[in-house]
Amino acid sequence: MESKPKILAVMLLGMTVTAGSAFAAGTHPVTGDALAEHQVFTYRVLDEHSSVDPQIVEDVSGSEIVRDLFEGLMNQDAQGSLVPGVATGYTVSNDQLTYAFTLRDNAKWSNGDPVVAGDFVYAWRRAVSPELASPYSWFMELMSIENAARIIAGDAPVDELGVSAPDDRTLVVSLSQPLPYFPQMVTHATTFPVNRAVVEAHGADWTNPENIVSNGAYVLTEHIPNERSVRERNPMYWDAENVILQKTVALVINDENTSLTRWLAGELDRTEVPAGQFPRLQEEYPGEAISFPRLCNYYYTFNLSESGPEAFKDVRVRKALALAVDRKIITENILAGGQIEAFTFTPAATADFEVPDVEIASMSQAERDAMAKALLAEAGYGPHNPLKFEMIYNTSEAHKRIAVAMSQMWKQKLGVETTLANMEWKTFLEVRANQDFELARGAWCGDYNEASTFLDLLTSPSGYNDGKYSSAMVDDLMTLAKTADDTQAIYTKVEQVIADEMPVIPIYHYAGVYMLDSDVGGWPINNIEQNWYSKDLYKIAE
Amino acid sequence: MTAYVVRRILVAVPTLAILIVLCFLLMQVAPGGPFTSERPLPPQVLANIEARYGLDQPLWKQMWDYLVGIVTRFDFGPSFAYRDRDVNDIIAQGFPVTLTYGLISFVVATLAGMGIGVAAAIRHNSWLDYIAVGATFSAQALPNFVMAPILVIVFTWQLGWLPGGGWNGGQWQYLVMPVIALSTSYVASITRITRSSMLETLNSSFIRTARAKGLPEHTVIWRHAMKPAMLPVVSYLGPTFVAMITGSVVIDVYFSTGGIGRAYVDSALNRDYAVMLGITILYGGLTVLFNLLVDLAYAWLDPKIRY
Repeated sequence: MESKPKILAVMLLGMTVTAGSAFAAGTHPVTGDALAEHQVFTYRVLDEHSSVDPQIVEDVSGSEIVRDLFEGLMNQDAQGSLVPGVATGYTVSNDQLTYAFTLRDNAKWSNGDPVVAGDFVYAWRRAVSPELASPYSWFMELMSIENAARIIAGDAPVDELGVSAPDDRTLVVSLSQPLPYFPQMVTHATTFPVNRAVVEAHGADWTNPENIVSNGAYVLTEHIPNERSVRERNPMYWDAENVILQKTVALVINDENTSLTRWLAGELDRTEVPAGQFPRLQEEYPGEAISFPRLCNYYYTFNLSESGPEAFKDVRVRKALALAVDRKIITENILAGGQIEAFTFTPAATADFEVPDVEIASMSQAERDAMAKALLAEAGYGPHNPLKFEMIYNTSEAHKRIAVAMSQMWKQKLGVETTLANMEWKTFLEVRANQDFELARGAWCGDYNEASTFLDLLTSPSGYNDGKYSSAMVDDLMTLAKTADDTQAIYTKVEQVIADEMPVIPIYHYAGVYMLDSDVGGWPINNIEQNWYSKDLYKIAE
Repeated sequence: MTAYVVRRILVAVPTLAILIVLCFLLMQVAPGGPFTSERPLPPQVLANIEARYGLDQPLWKQMWDYLVGIVTRFDFGPSFAYRDRDVNDIIAQGFPVTLTYGLISFVVATLAGMGIGVAAAIRHNSWLDYIAVGATFSAQALPNFVMAPILVIVFTWQLGWLPGGGWNGGQWQYLVMPVIALSTSYVASITRITRSSMLETLNSSFIRTARAKGLPEHTVIWRHAMKPAMLPVVSYLGPTFVAMITGSVVIDVYFSTGGIGRAYVDSALNRDYAVMLGITILYGGLTVLFNLLVDLAYAWLDPKIRY
């Protein structure tokens, strides 16, 4: 195993230098901002989180809490780059199949126990064990950890998982195939350690505030389901002296507009901006209404399977429909929150991804409309034989407004007759998964910051390819990308194929649109995955 | 009387059993399942999860195990959406919250509604009557999902008097807006029913007799008119009481009270079968109980009714 030390001694050095008693003076050690007396951050979550058990949590709001309570091998910084967590660094073998992480010796659980490599081994085995039946066990499979798939299928015992602890400070991971973005994946909650003694002593109740033991910068001190969850600074955390924020409070507020009112009343430091209200709020609260690109896309997918309409099997029809959607109206007039018009599937903000020059993107809308009319006429549809189909979306005001706008654009420009159908979420998913639709809304947020998290969706074997698009070329290219050194050229080629065949209509790429109090410091606006850590935040004195 | 009560309770058992079976079957008919998600689970993972919850068993077996769990261990099953909580936990946490704001709203609505209703009837065709009638019409036209955000805008943002939501163990500041939002339309209904029923009673011949005897007006109203006038009000209050203490999803959504109304709706959306069944049984049991209490109250109010 050749040693390739990768991690950032500089970062560590930086951290040590800034440590110390700077907070006593009441200023932030790096930015120099005067610190507020009460270091409490309160934010809104839409719904009750699924769990704070790292191996079970499956939603965004739960993962936000888990990232504060537990610390994995690696963390992300404000840019989304890897920085040391419990591990100080790692080495990777020449064949890219074995990773060895070195664990810091001062990491502790909140009960004072040291965090050892065995805690990770226990947690990772737990994640794949059929007995726990974690809804996120597939993530370990996605990480290509040796034998993960067989263990999940019940064909091998959990101790055959490709992870071991030769000593307390070393964690060795064996992969079944090289995976260029493997290190990024250990910032994910599923891979965080848990304290075996506590889990085994309390069973499912181990995550209750009175039982939980965690190794992150915060400990869970209060949880009232559907109302609030409170986490407070963990004095046992190895870097506790650099943690400024004392307390983070997540309030469950289902209604977006009520939440905005409560932000205006000063009860919250952060809340989402309801669709369409951003321009007004930006004018009234400059600097506090913020918008930045997110790693998510919004599209409509054609049903290209046997059960799909004959018309959609004609690429000219698909292209005509994609061309005639005026995305500017959707992003600027309907959503109006800094969303980005999409002509390709992968968001431009994705790491190491350059948006290829597809023809449709460089045209003016008038040109697109003219081309759309020509293509549709060529395909044999016109005033006497109008194209008719049904488009479905899950019940939501914003989805409805976009669907109505799209159907109007098609009607006015192309004479297409669409029927709109909204469905309750689970029904919608079932209908879409069974190819029981003609045109369906879709959206995807990246699991990790790399283009394959999006483009894999359009490969034939993907379980999420609800339109059943199948292109041998895309499949081959994506297989190639798994082991290639330079993936950019491959992803560009895939996007070209998609733009030519148009199996989906990309509409826009998401933006995070928030009201964020001006006294919140350290918010990682440039972390496109929005993986934020309370330990990096602080409140500025007003 | 005792025999009647016992008989009614015995009838409640098959009623609830039918409710459970129907609800169980209807849930299975709904498209999607508890583990349907945007990111479909790999078949093996799904199989592991279903095995963990016994969802791989035949339906009759699932239902039987469920009933046995309730009868032998008072265990209403696990929540699929929230792993670290079971149905008993969810009800134990949400129901007291709902019960608190529901009871207070019920008392407020009943006292205010009956008070205004009686006053309007006594001062029939006076300015008081007109205001009461006008106000009740407006109040009924104002649904609570419109009223709730307005209350938050006024009392939290503009005036800064009350917290915009949360529960905080049921401190009074957190109760004011939920109670106003929940009780307003009930005040209106109760006022309307009380007023018309009182008017009708005051026009009946036994009241004329009482007045002819020279009884003072307050005795006429309180001793003679009140009880019969209350009959339609009481039959409205029974189901209203159940509706109010079993919660309102609107209140829970707008005021983040954490009550059971929201949990119920969530369970249906999440296909969280056991939670939905558990809360349905609770609602069903309460409905049966309060219908019985209303029937008993009739006997007290109306001497013609005897069991």
